[in-house]
Amino acid sequence: MTKIGLEIHCQLTKLESKLFCPCKANYREYAPNTNICPICMGLPGTLPRLNQKAIEKATMIAMALNCSTPEKIAFFRKNYFYPDLPKNFQITQLNIYGDTSIGGSGMIIVGDKKIRITRIQLEEDPGRLIYEGSSSKNQITLVDYNRAGTPLVEIVTEPDFENPKQVREFLNILSDLLENLDVSDPSLEGAMRADANVSIEGGNKIEIKNIGSFHDLEKAVHFEITRQESLHARDILIAQETRHWDDKRKITISSRSKEEELDYRYFLEGDIPWIIIEKEIHEKLKSEMPESISSKKERYVTKYGIPDQVADVLSSDKFYSDLFDKSDTEKNAKEIANIITTDLMGLVDTKEKRQQSKLESSHLTDLADAIQSGKITRTSAKNALYEIVKSGKKLEQIISEFDLGHVSDEN
Amino acid sequence: MNLKLSALEFVNEVKNGNLSAEDFVSATIERIKKIDGTLHAFLNVNKKAVEQAQLVDKKIKSGKKVGSCFGMPLSVKDNICIKHSKTTCASKMLENFIAPYDATVISKLKEQDAVFVGKVNLDEFAMGLTTEFSAYGPSKNPWNPDYVPGGSSGGSAVSVSAFECVASLGSDTGGSVRNPASFCSVVGFKPTYGLISRYGLISYANSIEQIGPITRTVKDTAFFLNILSGLDPNDNTTINSGNQDFLDGIELGIEGKKIGIIQEMIGEGIDPAVLSATNEAVSKLEGFGAKCETISIDMVKYSVASYYTITATEAGSNLARYDNLRYGYDFPVEGFEFNSYISKARTKFGPEVIRRMILGGFVPSSGHAGKYFLKALKVKSKLTKEVLEAFKKYDYLVAPTVPILPFKIGEKIDDPVALFLVDINTVLANLTGVPSISVPFSISNGLPIGIQLLAKPNDDKSLLKAAYSLESTVKLPDVPI
Repeated sequence: MTKIGLEIHCQLTKLESKLFCPCKANYREYAPNTNICPICMGLPGTLPRLNQKAIEKATMIAMALNCSTPEKIAFFRKNYFYPDLPKNFQITQLNIYGDTSIGGSGMIIVGDKKIRITRIQLEEDPGRLIYEGSSSKNQITLVDYNRAGTPLVEIVTEPDFENPKQVREFLNILSDLLENLDVSDPSLEGAMRADANVSIEGGNKIEIKNIGSFHDLEKAVHFEITRQESLHARDILIAQETRHWDDKRKITISSRSKEEELDYRYFLEGDIPWIIIEKEIHEKLKSEMPESISSKKERYVTKYGIPDQVADVLSSDKFYSDLFDKSDTEKNAKEIANIITTDLMGLVDTKEKRQQSKLESSHLTDLADAIQSGKITRTSAKNALYEIVKSGKKLEQIISEFDLGHVSDEN
Repeated sequence: MNLKLSALEFVNEVKNGNLSAEDFVSATIERIKKIDGTLHAFLNVNKKAVEQAQLVDKKIKSGKKVGSCFGMPLSVKDNICIKHSKTTCASKMLENFIAPYDATVISKLKEQDAVFVGKVNLDEFAMGLTTEFSAYGPSKNPWNPDYVPGGSSGGSAVSVSAFECVASLGSDTGGSVRNPASFCSVVGFKPTYGLISRYGLISYANSIEQIGPITRTVKDTAFFLNILSGLDPNDNTTINSGNQDFLDGIELGIEGKKIGIIQEMIGEGIDPAVLSATNEAVSKLEGFGAKCETISIDMVKYSVASYYTITATEAGSNLARYDNLRYGYDFPVEGFEFNSYISKARTKFGPEVIRRMILGGFVPSSGHAGKYFLKALKVKSKLTKEVLEAFKKYDYLVAPTVPILPFKIGEKIDDPVALFLVDINTVLANLTGVPSISVPFSISNGLPIGIQLLAKPNDDKSLLKAAYSLESTVKLPDVPI
């Protein structure tokens, strides 16, 4: 049986500041090495200054994935030399002195399969290395520390996936979940990265590192299974190793570096005292958590009688469910759901279009009212919606400007 | 100009208009010029010190609000960052490192109108107890320049003892404030872990070290604690000391207090002169109505081993950042794969630092951690338990700060294990986080002996009371320089 396990790295892009200093967590708009300070550059004498919000957001992720949340949290140093690491150690979490990571074992249902979560940990992202130069001889490495110290949540799963399709379904659910929690924007470049381990029946475990997007993760897993199966078919031993994902050639290649043999000399980070998260704080966080996707779906189905499939689409996308919940659902919930899932989806199918859209929930209320009262036809409503998204004008104004106010055919 | 003023005396004199900060600071700078060639306490002298003192005088004259230091000249151990000034850690690795920010303690002192006359010598990265491991040469003991001044805050203790400043900031990882204070006959204080912010102190073993003042008198130490203590958002390990006034009630005495004499710290290897000074100190404490008796803290015998294992582990990690990529000295980075680059980029560390970093790579490594690092942590927690247990019965513990007298420069430098053992009486306070102070007590054959008092965590204020009582019984000769 094929076994696949994942280690997902998710940046908490919605936070104001980095994990241990006041620099911006969203480093992307800065020129190289301008979103830095003495702390995230690891200058002599500086100390980490823990961002409490990161603890809260990461705990919310743990709760949403049904993980246990320990009362005492600790940070550890992972010691290794690398140019993207300003202190030459990374502050991360580990469960060597009992469960001290932000989240313990949990699980999530994907389709009809239960995927177990091993643990969730909070850590700092290293800087970014950019390789330039044509040949390997002339290659230069540039370091940009803007990213160094960005809050990163690592989600480790048990090897519960059996095929790439389950991996994809899981990633979709996870992306929606993180977006719904308002902790991260998974569409940002580099916000989601992953390592995977893959083994087939009779073979050893292979780790694939350096997968830069969820899209590539599915591809990498697929490639790796095919590669291992063809080795197996020819009776070639599948030796345990670490491989890297080459995102240009879309293949995995054996990694010559002996990373897996590094001794990280983990020990407690003395500069950050143990963090006690009392029951009351857990309860408070739980009460502040946005409504889960599944609870939204259930509400849409039972309260408004929205069809299962429509409720599915509506609930899993925060952009749509926010619009829906803010519009006047007391009167025309079904009509509004219908407008969103049939007409609006085509108009705002990219992030840019969503950002540019002038549509507000009140527009949806007005549109649904107009349709229900027979003021405009569904076809006219669709045209009006197009105008609203573009200009943000009131429905009334659009109806008179474009002369859409025909009495509908039904009447 | 009388440069022997204590901090409190200086403040009074300037406040009352008997003395200008400028005159005092100028005379201090002159003094440094005159004698520091012999003593080598300073690595860097602040050229703007006199100018800065002038500004304070102007403030006083114009009737503006003046900070509580009134232009007092202080020296600062060169592992504490002062903005726009060199901070070398007495290492060639940081020979040209200019700190772009102020340590929290420096900001606080600047707010109180202190004047920093210079950065003072230490063992490289604070690793040592003689100041002989400075990459810029040893400091000399003002009581006898052939002798070590102790360390690692040797420059701090020398500069205070030889009147090159009124007081100094040192750092204490295993005795580095108290040991040189004892060897130079000044007061050295290691606060409860977390009482003073470490932000801006270049880490050696961050889980146990503290910045501490080195002063002429116990009251001066209380004066500086009033300025330096308190929560700091930039140091998550700082504790809320509740804005206490450490000077308040310092003269109230110790009648009826119970004091434990730590047996393991006056045992084998102790110098007879140190032992008799300790006995004398005990009888003086009893003279104040305290009740003293000998106690045993069993784990003391493993404390030095535990201390060196833990500090080496943390040092190995804390010093890993000095790779000459972001700051440091010019070093050709081209043509090296990163691991070989790293092995070549760090050659300017001195021998003691290298020794501890190698040890720090080994003791916590997989396969060895159980035998060394984890065992050291176990000793630390057992020792802490024993000490806290002792403090249920005793208000204070007492022992000589160092079991031997200052020794000659070069005498022990080739025997690291013999040097390690000099730490036996001081590491306890660091491993357990309790406050500890060294008070000058006597002079034997021209060499100083200090007595160490300890109290339970957060009892720093009470500790100063006991130290003040002990100090009040002592009249020592002037330093012969």
